[in-house]
This record gives sequence, structure tokens and C-alpha cells, in this order.
Amino acid sequence: CVKDLDRMPFNEVTSATVYNDPAAYRQVGAKLYAGLMLTGQQGPAGDDRTKDIKGMDEGFSSYLRNYWYLQTLTTDEAVIAWSDAGLPELHQMKWSSNNPFVRGFYNRVFYQIASCNEFIRETSDVKLAERGVSGTILTDAKALRAEARFLRALSYWHALDLFGGNVPFVTDNDVVGSAPPKQTNAKDLFAYIESELKAIDSELVEARKNEYARADKAAAWMLLAKLYLNAEAQGQGNRYADAATYAKKVIDAGYSLQSKYDDLFKADNHNSTEVIWALAADGNRSQTWGGMTFLCHAPVGGSMPASSYGIDGGWGGVRVTPSFVKLFADPSGKTDKRAMFYTDGQKLEINEIPTFTDGYAMPKYKNITSAGKVGTNLTHPDTDFPMFRLADAYLIYAEAAARGAGDKALALDYVNKLRVRAYGNTSGNIAAADLTPDFVLAERGRELSWEGGRRTDLLRFGKFTSSSYLWAWKGGVKDGAGVQDYLKIFPLPSTDLTANPNLVQNAGY
Amino acid sequence: VASATAQDLTVSGKVQESNGSALPGVSVLVKGTTRGTQTDAEGNFKIVTPANATLVFSFVGMTTQEVAVGNRTTVSVTLLNDNKQLAEVVVIGYGTQRKKDLTGSIASITTADFNKGNIATPDQLVAGKVAGVQITPNGGAPGAGSTIRIRGGASLNASNDPLIVIDGVPLDNSELKGAPNPLSLINPNDIESFNILKDASATAIYGSRASNGVIMITTKKGKKGDVMRVNLSTQASVGQRTGQIEVLSADDFRALVNQYGTGTQKSLLGSAVTDWQKEIYRTAVSTDNNLSVTGSVKNMPYRVSVGYTNQNGILKTSNMGRTSASVGLTPMLLDNHLKVDINVKASTIKNRFANQGAIGAAVAFDPTQPIFSGKESYGGYFEWVNADGKPNTIATRNPLGLLDLTDDKSTVNRSIGNMQLDYKFHFLPELHANLNVGYDISKSDGNRFVPALAASNFSNGGEKTVYTQDRSNKLLDFYFNYVKDLTKDTRIDLTAGYSYQDFLNTTTSITKDAAETKIINDSPYKTQNTLVSFFGRANLNLQDRYLLTFTLRRDGSSRFAKDNRWGTFPSAAFAWKINEMEFLKNSNVLSDLKLRLGYGVTGQQDVGQNFAYLARYTPSTATAQQQLGNTFYTTLRAEGYNANIKWEQTVTQNVGLDFAFKKARVSGSIDYYRKETTDLLNVVPVAAGTNLTNEILSNVGSIENKGLELLLNYNAISKEDFTLDLGFNATYNENKITKLTSANDPNYKGVLVGGIAGGVGSTIQIHSVGYPASSYFVAQQVYDQNGKPVEGVYVDRNQDGKITVDDYYHYKSPAPRVFIGFNAQTSYKKWSGGFVVRGNFGNYVYNNIVSTSGVLQAFQGANNSLANVVPNVNVTQFATPQYFSDYYMENASFLRMDNLFAGYDLGKLFGGRTSARVSATVQNVFVITKYTGLDPEVSGGIDNNIYPLPRTYTLGLNIGF
Repeated sequence: CVKDLDRMPFNEVTSATVYNDPAAYRQVGAKLYAGLMLTGQQGPAGDDRTKDIKGMDEGFSSYLRNYWYLQTLTTDEAVIAWSDAGLPELHQMKWSSNNPFVRGFYNRVFYQIASCNEFIRETSDVKLAERGVSGTILTDAKALRAEARFLRALSYWHALDLFGGNVPFVTDNDVVGSAPPKQTNAKDLFAYIESELKAIDSELVEARKNEYARADKAAAWMLLAKLYLNAEAQGQGNRYADAATYAKKVIDAGYSLQSKYDDLFKADNHNSTEVIWALAADGNRSQTWGGMTFLCHAPVGGSMPASSYGIDGGWGGVRVTPSFVKLFADPSGKTDKRAMFYTDGQKLEINEIPTFTDGYAMPKYKNITSAGKVGTNLTHPDTDFPMFRLADAYLIYAEAAARGAGDKALALDYVNKLRVRAYGNTSGNIAAADLTPDFVLAERGRELSWEGGRRTDLLRFGKFTSSSYLWAWKGGVKDGAGVQDYLKIFPLPSTDLTANPNLVQNAGY
Repeated sequence: VASATAQDLTVSGKVQESNGSALPGVSVLVKGTTRGTQTDAEGNFKIVTPANATLVFSFVGMTTQEVAVGNRTTVSVTLLNDNKQLAEVVVIGYGTQRKKDLTGSIASITTADFNKGNIATPDQLVAGKVAGVQITPNGGAPGAGSTIRIRGGASLNASNDPLIVIDGVPLDNSELKGAPNPLSLINPNDIESFNILKDASATAIYGSRASNGVIMITTKKGKKGDVMRVNLSTQASVGQRTGQIEVLSADDFRALVNQYGTGTQKSLLGSAVTDWQKEIYRTAVSTDNNLSVTGSVKNMPYRVSVGYTNQNGILKTSNMGRTSASVGLTPMLLDNHLKVDINVKASTIKNRFANQGAIGAAVAFDPTQPIFSGKESYGGYFEWVNADGKPNTIATRNPLGLLDLTDDKSTVNRSIGNMQLDYKFHFLPELHANLNVGYDISKSDGNRFVPALAASNFSNGGEKTVYTQDRSNKLLDFYFNYVKDLTKDTRIDLTAGYSYQDFLNTTTSITKDAAETKIINDSPYKTQNTLVSFFGRANLNLQDRYLLTFTLRRDGSSRFAKDNRWGTFPSAAFAWKINEMEFLKNSNVLSDLKLRLGYGVTGQQDVGQNFAYLARYTPSTATAQQQLGNTFYTTLRAEGYNANIKWEQTVTQNVGLDFAFKKARVSGSIDYYRKETTDLLNVVPVAAGTNLTNEILSNVGSIENKGLELLLNYNAISKEDFTLDLGFNATYNENKITKLTSANDPNYKGVLVGGIAGGVGSTIQIHSVGYPASSYFVAQQVYDQNGKPVEGVYVDRNQDGKITVDDYYHYKSPAPRVFIGFNAQTSYKKWSGGFVVRGNFGNYVYNNIVSTSGVLQAFQGANNSLANVVPNVNVTQFATPQYFSDYYMENASFLRMDNLFAGYDLGKLFGGRTSARVSATVQNVFVITKYTGLDPEVSGGIDNNIYPLPRTYTLGLNIGF
């Protein structure tokens, strides 16, 4: 009975046979999108077998949650009450190469890249032809392949932004189990992302024509705009004109602003005309302890009525710093409706980070529809995460223009469109002279708060590490203190330095 | 008082062995009386007897002899070696072996030596009895088993559990769903003996499953020619908790909140006084009843037994009921040429699992709050709620609400059976053909229900989980065995065979809300793995002085890719019976002296997954779908895999010395062992981007266990009506990781393990090269001049001016350096008694309860709730948790009296066949330790709300007729 040793799995399919069923293209493609929010094959959490990232608490291992941690908790936008190992280090800017959240995000980025590579390999023209794929399935598989390349470019952009681009570089040419990859650098990675995004422009579905929650041409343009906007800060030269060009392409693609600002962050935001690309959440069918479950629960605590936000209770974690509140001339929300603070029982000042009532709360993401209906599940929200939206494109264009690389009048018009929405009238409108880069930074803070871009924005203005802009507990000091510049980018996790002898640690760590 | 009378005689004489040497210490007793003496150093005795008395001469290892004195005044006796004892056989892999011919390190324990009392699972029968075997209870829940480690763990990430073989059927080590532990389905009362194979020369016959030792369990059987005998045993136990985790009293807590709390927090204080730990525990009564019938119908010895155990746990609501039955038939057929051994064991357990979250909740729940709120919501239990009256989801839940509103039940059926046919060829009686066909099947059905009104699952609308598991394992062994005495004292014993075992495991689990309107989780799973093996063994006994054993096993496992599928596991052993040499043969001192040398290679294929080598895709559950457009897709995930994964290999060397002294009546053994595991199955980080996972199981690294075992038995008193036997065993074990990465990297810190409570995903232990596995990895606390730890201040060990993870250091490990067992058994006339004491030394525990609850911040429960703290908060006055401070490391060395018992033999009742015995036992009698937590014995070394081990008082009655 030696033949009995050739056992095959029951629940899983082998790679050799998975694509015998053409439905697999969509299912594997769907996993690449799921990888940005969900944490494993069992929702909301399973065991070591089902979770994507090993060696980390599953709820903490969500791509979105880790990205948000590194981009938000390190800035004036948020402090978090919890004392999980490595978490307080983020706001204090004291992380090391052993920080679990730095490692968690890095692992997510490369898990995503490896998953995209696998799908791109398996959907090559040669393989599709070998399997005799044709018709709509072929069209769909090719579109998904282009989207996989987009998602890979997105993760490499995150690697460029957060790790300075000094990361291992693998593409679909590197098979599973290959030798440790070589380290790339900011310049080469920048060029690669740029070339990939341009190369897939012809393969992606037209802007606004793809299915919901899938990337289209506009998503790729948006990423290019972001790449160019930050090019100078990343040492890749002044590319503001390119940023303006691609932001304009997005703006002209036919999106329109959501009429009410706070509807953008509610349980029915999949209907929004403003969102270019969102990460889809669903209370019953797409569950995770990361993602939107975190973003809806963690900012609720103190005397906040959880049921008003469509959830079963707060986690008492995240608040904003006083510096962030000061971005608003009137933080009451009565004039600028983007000031969504909850102040009852909350102090503006933060004496103790672990005390939830120190610092204003901000229930921005809600599991309630625009019509006031509660989401389908009180624990896991239906609210989607807007990765890219029109307002961001406006502000990219405005910033490029303010930096001298676009039509200033048009930029002013874009900014004032946002101001009119925020104020409900023109009382908040600014004049052309007011449109400075610094104004745009502040406006980005008001408009795009907690949407995951704050660290990148502060870096672009030299305000992330320097003492030119301080917020409470920056550098671990109550009134804030500047920190060393090496902290502008995160360290490569020590685990990967061990696993991959080709890697050299980022300077300073 | 016996006084000499006119009819009395004074009888003297000498007792000697068959070789003529004098036997000192022989018990000489006048039959039917309590009058007795012992022989002196020259074997001489003198005793006063009535006329026509009969003297009984007894000595351990010798056949007891009765001599009618008549009117003689001198009686000389030659005692013969007890051949029964010498012929005693020990169950080994695929066969038996005469005890005296053993070359490996094998510990044998039989019924008489088993631990007594309220024992629900077989592993507890031998705790503390065997050198080199550490049996750590997994808490006090009914049916909870133990963690068994034989000579330390040979692996890091693969299983460290020994292989357990019952009546020739190797058991499935994997999780048995719905059972407190897989062994809880086996009634300890049916067990006759444990043979624990420790070194590779003994275990290598089990090849790829033998690295962590093998435990051979043999059940009781009938004997040929036995008359029918019925044995009825019944016992009742009372379990009580031994103490509680010290927390602030209601008044002290009130004072603390009033001192440090905000106005809001002060307003949350209640006016009740509730000792939550007292409320969740109870005095638990358990019963155990067993009936067995043994005998022989013609040539058909049989044993039939039924048993019923009902164990209540000290944590309210926990209960296990087990009904078991076993049948054993051992007929000899075909003119005694065909030996048949049929064993069928079947049992059903019905469990109610307590929600053990109540243990931690009882430590943390605000003692100023009442149990009941006086309202109807949440089942009437007081709960922390939000402003809108809904449960505060991250506050501590009411411990009694957790217990009473969780109905977590399971029924598990398991049957293990085999039929072994041993045919002695008619034309060649030295040759046996042995066929063993066996099975191990189980079926679990579980049902966990939490009503919608329970605060713990309020937002999900309660919970209803229905799960099932079907395990079906098949076994077929076939071997030839040839035994021939070539000369009077030279013997060969050859075995060659084939083994096939298949494991099929199907599970389902569906979680819905209490009203069953929506599916919260649905995760079916089915998997199978198979082992095919060829094995052989040669035993040579030369001149009854030199013993040689060679074994070889070739194992194929479906868990590995074709190229790595087969492994070869050889072993060799040599033993020299020094006492059989001419110069010692007539020794008055030594009765046994045997030197054993063994070497062997064993493997480990239990990697925890069946298809780690295979490129495959896994579907998601219904709750982890992805939306594309308006459709939700079950996703398919490409899995990380390691095509090159293969056996973990352990090389064991063993040097042992068995000895027995006649005069001192001491016997024992010393073993030195060294086990080195290479190609360690190790979950290591993969170079980012090169695989579809961030960590993967690889054959990387090595680990070493070195140790010394000592076993001593002292037959201190051996008179017919007074005996005292003392046993002592001690083990020194050194565990060290010698390699972890494929390239030698001095900067590699290691693999973080040992998750702790407080802080999601935080760990306190590390596997590092040069240190024991799971060494603690902590920051070095700085203390002020008064010896008080300074909050958040640690030694900057790498002197870079920052305190980060890079300043953490290795500190001790949870494994003891030395562990001992000491037991005594005595009998005096109809009384008997004894105790077992067990101790661990050099084991450390991380006190996770104090590190989470010993900080001021802890009383400020989440979102406007309060939580109790431990008094240590007044010592450190830490404001926020300092999880990684070495301040929380404690030496948890201990000495525990496991067991204390007394029995009284009521003798023959009702004129003849009926005998009866009553007994009383106390388990977990006392613990001597410096550890400040509740119990120093913490499997894994992280003390965090473990179901406490009760102290149990048991009364038993045994009737035979």
C-alpha cells in the first residue's frame, strides 16, 4: 500500500489543478483585493492555518490597519491608548527594527507582492493559451492580471514611501521558494513603479467602467499622481507637473463630489460618486478585526454612544492631538463640517496617552448609512475604506499648482469646491493668494484626516521629524520634540535581515 | 504478645541461595501468626515456634517457601530464584522481551505502582514515578490531561508529545474535538501496565514517530485457567480549591479608586462586597464506579469491564461523565499454536465545558459590584454597559454570567480495538507469524450555546456553534518473529515486519447567532495522512552475559514530497550483564549489574500539517469573502509551501547501568543520555517576497538534550505483615538550541514565542541559539535604592542610549533543570499506605497575572468600567503595564505531595470468596514553593488564569468475589 502515501488534500486544491475551473481566476484575483483589508481565509479570524501573516495576532495583521498605524499614529492625527508591545513606540517615534507593527506592515507588503506575482505568473498569455482560456473569461483574466500589477505597484509604492525603497525586489519572474532576492533602491523602485503603472494603462478597464471595488485606469493615474507628488521628497526630482497631469486626468474622468462630506464614511459609501477606488467591507461576508472594524470601533470610548455609530461598543483607543484640532478655526463642526470631534467628557489636552478621555475623539467612520440605518452587523461594519477619492485628486492638483506646476485658478476652484461642501456655503472660500503649499497641507489634514496619508504629507513638507512642527508627545515628550531624520523611513525588520543576507539596514537603525 | 510456652520449640537454621551463598534479610514467619524474624548477615536465624508450625521464608526476587517444622530444631532452606519474576516480560515495540534481556532504557510500571485517588486520565497514573519523564497537569478541569515530556522536547515546532501505543495500536496524537484531552476517553482502571521506552535503541523500531519516546500501554487481561472473579470498585471524591489569586478586597479597591481615580471612575464604584473568585468555584463531588469480570471459559481467558465516572470540576458548570466498556479475549487455539488477543475498548464522554474566561474575569472584576443587577437585562447579571445601556464590549464580563450563560456541551465516542493473531508454526515452533489489525475511531458532537441576552455575545445575538469530528484511523501490522535458544545460554530473537497506518480526520463547525438567522462562521475541514513502514530487529543473547540489539525501520510518510518521503532509522545497543561474569556470579553483594550502551536514530514526521510540501490553494469561509462588483466571492489563497520539507532527525546516545544489591535491598539504575535533533522542523521567517507566506516550516537548526537519570528502589522492610518500599527518581536535563538558521548569523536573535495576555500578539519567550528552547526574553528592571522597581526604567544593555527590544536579554527557561519523584508504600497487617512527592527545580514562571493586573492603569477598565488589581500594585506603583520587565519572572521550583493514601483490607467477607478493601486518598496535598502565584506548576511557564488544580479527597471501596 505504498501508493497510499500519495495523499492529496480534500479542502484545498493543488496549484496544478486549480485553474481547471475558470472561476478560479476571479477567486484568486479577489484574494489580492481581500489582502488589503482581510486577514485570512476565515473571517473574522481563524488559526495559524487560516491566517495570512504568521507570528502576529491576526486582528493586528490587516494591511489597512498596519498602514494606518504607521501613517497616522506617528503623526499629529492620532494617539492610541493601548500598550501592546511596540504600539506606544509609534507615536513616541522610538521604533526599532524589532517593532512588531513595522514588521507586520512589511510582511503584509511582501505577502501582497508575492501573491500578485503568483497570479501574474499563472495568468501569463502562455499559460492562458495552454489552458485554452477564451472569450469573456480570457478578457476577465487579463483585466485581473493588469489589476494585480496595479496592486503590486501600490504595495511597492508603500515600500518606497515607508521603507525608503531599500527593499527586496521580486517580480513574477521569481518563482516560489527562490533564493533571497537582491535589495533595490529608491531610484530603481521609483522607475519600476512608474513603468508598471504606465504599462498597464492600456490593459486596465476604463475609468469608472470597472466593477465596484476593482481598480481601473483612474486608480492607476491616482497612484502615479501620488508617486510624482512625493518624488522630490523621496529624492527623485521635481515631478509636480506630472503629478498635476495625472491628477487632472482623474478629475476629468467624470467623478463628482459627494454632496455631504460625512456620507463618504458611512455604511453605504459604496454608492459614492466621489470614490475612485475603495476597499470593500461587509458586516457579514467580509469580516476582520483589522480594517474597518478597527477604524469604526477604536475611536469610540468615554461617554460616546456606540449605538449612534452603528456599533456594539467602542474599543477606547484612538483620539486626535490638540495640534490636529487646531487645523480647524472652529472645531465645533458648526462651520467646517469636517471637524467631526466628540468633546463631551473629552479634554483637548493629552496628559496621558493611555487615558481615552485625554484628547478629542473623532467618530469619522460610522456603520450607519446616509439614511441613518444601522449596518448589517454591529461588530463588523459595512463601511468601505475610500483609498482614492476625487477630493484627494483636487488637492494633489492644488498642491502641484501652489508649487508652480499647474493652473492656479483651476486649483483655487478645486479647493473652494471642497470648502463649499465643508461649509455648506462660500463663507469658507479662500482667495488665490491664500493657496500656498502650506495651506494645502493643512487642507489635506482637514479633508483627508485618518485616510492614511498624514505621515507622507508631513514628510513632503519636512514636518515629520523636524522641530518645525510639534504635536503632543511627538518624540515621547508631552509638548512634542523633533526627532532624528533617520526616522523618516522605517527600518527593515530584523527578521528579514536575518532571512535575507543581501539586505542592508536603512541608515541610522 | 507471644510468649514461649512448654510446647514451643526454638528453631534455628540458615538460608542460602542455590549457589550456596548465604541470604541475609530473609523474612522468616510463623505461618498464621504475626511472629517473625529476619536472617542475619550470615543468613542465620533463630525463632521460637509452636510445635508442628510451618515457617514461611520470603525474600524479594525469590520464591517464597513454606517449611513444616515438625519437631525439628534446625531447619536449613535454599531459596530459589523466582523464575516468574526473571521470566517477566516487558512489552516493547512489535513484541515482548524478557526483562533481563533488555538493552534499552525502558521503565515499566504496573498496577501496584500506579498513583491512587480520583484519576480520570491514564497519564496521571504514573506522574512522578519515572525518571526522565515529566508529566505536568494541564490544569484542574475535569478530564484535563497532562503535558508529557520524555527527556525534554526533541523538537521546537513539531510535536513534542511521545507516541502512545495501546495494546499495539499507536494512537492519533492530534486534537480530539470536544474532549478535554484525547486520553480522557481511556479508563485508567482498565490499564495493567505502562512501559515507557526512552532511548533510541528501544524506540527506533517506531522510526519516524519515536523522537519523543514511546509509551506502551497494556490493558488488563484474563489468564488461562482463572476462575471467574468479579471486581467492583467505587469511589467518591470531593475536590476543593487550594487558594485563590490575591486581589484587592472591595474596601481596598474602593480606597484605591478614590485615591487615584477620576470623578467618573469614582462614580462607577458600587456598594457591594463580592469575592468573585469565591463565587465561581465550588466544592466538587465526583464519583467513579468500575465493574470487571475476569476469568477463563475453557481455553478462553476473558476480561470484561464497565466503568462510569462522573467528574465535577471546581469551576462551576464544568463536568465530565464517562461511560466505558472493554472486552479482552485471549484464547489459544490450534493446539496452543495460535494465540489470539482481541481487545475492544469503547467509551462515551459527555462534557460540559465551563467558560474558562470566568477565571480571569473573576480576578479582574470590580469587587464593589454585585453579582446581580436587579434588572432583567443580560440574564440579571451586573454588566458594564455603555451610555446607551448596551454592554461595553471590551470591559470585563461578569464571571458568573460567563459561566451560567454559556452552555458548552459535547459528546465524544471513541473506540480503540485490535485483533492480534500470533501463529507459532507447527513445523517450526521457533517461528511466529504475527498479524495485528487495529482501529482507533472517534466521533465528536459538540454544541455551544450562548443566549442572545448574554452580555458576552450580545452584539452577535448570542452564539450557537455546532461542531463535529470524525476520526478514523486504521492499522495493519504484520511481522515474523524467530526465537531460538542456540545453546543453553545463547539465544537469538529476530523480527521483521511491515506496518501500515492511516489517519482520516473530518471536522465541521458552524457558528450562528442564537436564533440561527445568520451564519457567523462555517469552517469544514478534512484531511488524511498515511504511514507505511518496514522494520526489523535482531536480539542476540550470548552466554546470558552479552546482549546485542539491532533495529532498523524504514518509514514512508504522506506528509512529504516523493523525493523526501522515505527515511531510515537504525539503532544498536549492547548490554553486558556483569553480574553473570565468573568473578561476580557468587557475589553476596550484587544480585544484578548490567551495563547498557545504546545508539539510535529516530525521526519526527508530525509537522502539524499534512501538505506543507505541496503547492495548493485554500478557499475562504463565507465570512471572509471579497466583493467584486455586486458579487461576493469565496477567495482562493495560494499557500506558502516548502517542497523540500523532510524528517526531523534525532540521534540518541545512552549509557545506563542497572544494579541491585542483595543485602541492602536496593536496586536501581543510572542513565546518561544525549539527544541531538538535526534538520529541526522549525517555523522560520522566509526572505520577504520569496514565498507566499512570511514564515514557513523548514528543516533548519538543531537542538540538544543532555541528561542524567537516577532511579533507586529501596525495599526497606520486608516482613510478611510489615513492608516498606521507597522509590526515588531524579532527572537532570539540559536543553539547548545549537542552531537555528541555515547560515550562521550571530546577529540573529531567534524566534519569538510564548504569547502573553495584555497587549495583543506580545511574546515573552524566544528560541535562540545557545539557550534552552522558550527561554524568557525580557528587559532588565532597574530598582531604586529601596529596592523598588522604577517604572519604565531598564538597563540599556547595548548602551545605545535607547531602551528598545534590542536591550532585552535571555533569562532562564520554563523547563526545570532537575526534577524528582519520591514515593513510599507501606503495609502493616491489613493496613497499607503511601505517598508520592514530586519536585521541579530551576524552572521559572512569568507571572502574567501580576504583570497585567499589578498596575494602576488596570483599575481604569476599558471605556468607563473598573477592574480589580492585584496587591502588587502597591509595591510597584506602576502606572502602566511593564509586560517585559524581568521583575515578573519568578523562580517556580516546587515540591508537591501529589498523593497520600491509606487503605485497609477487610479481608474475606461472607465466609470465603468475597474480599474487600477500603481506601482513602488525598491528592495535591501540599506544595512547597517560593512562587507567589497560585500554583508554580505551569506548563509552558506563563501563568495566566489557569484552571486551578483542586485538592481532592477520595474514599474508595473495592470488592472482589
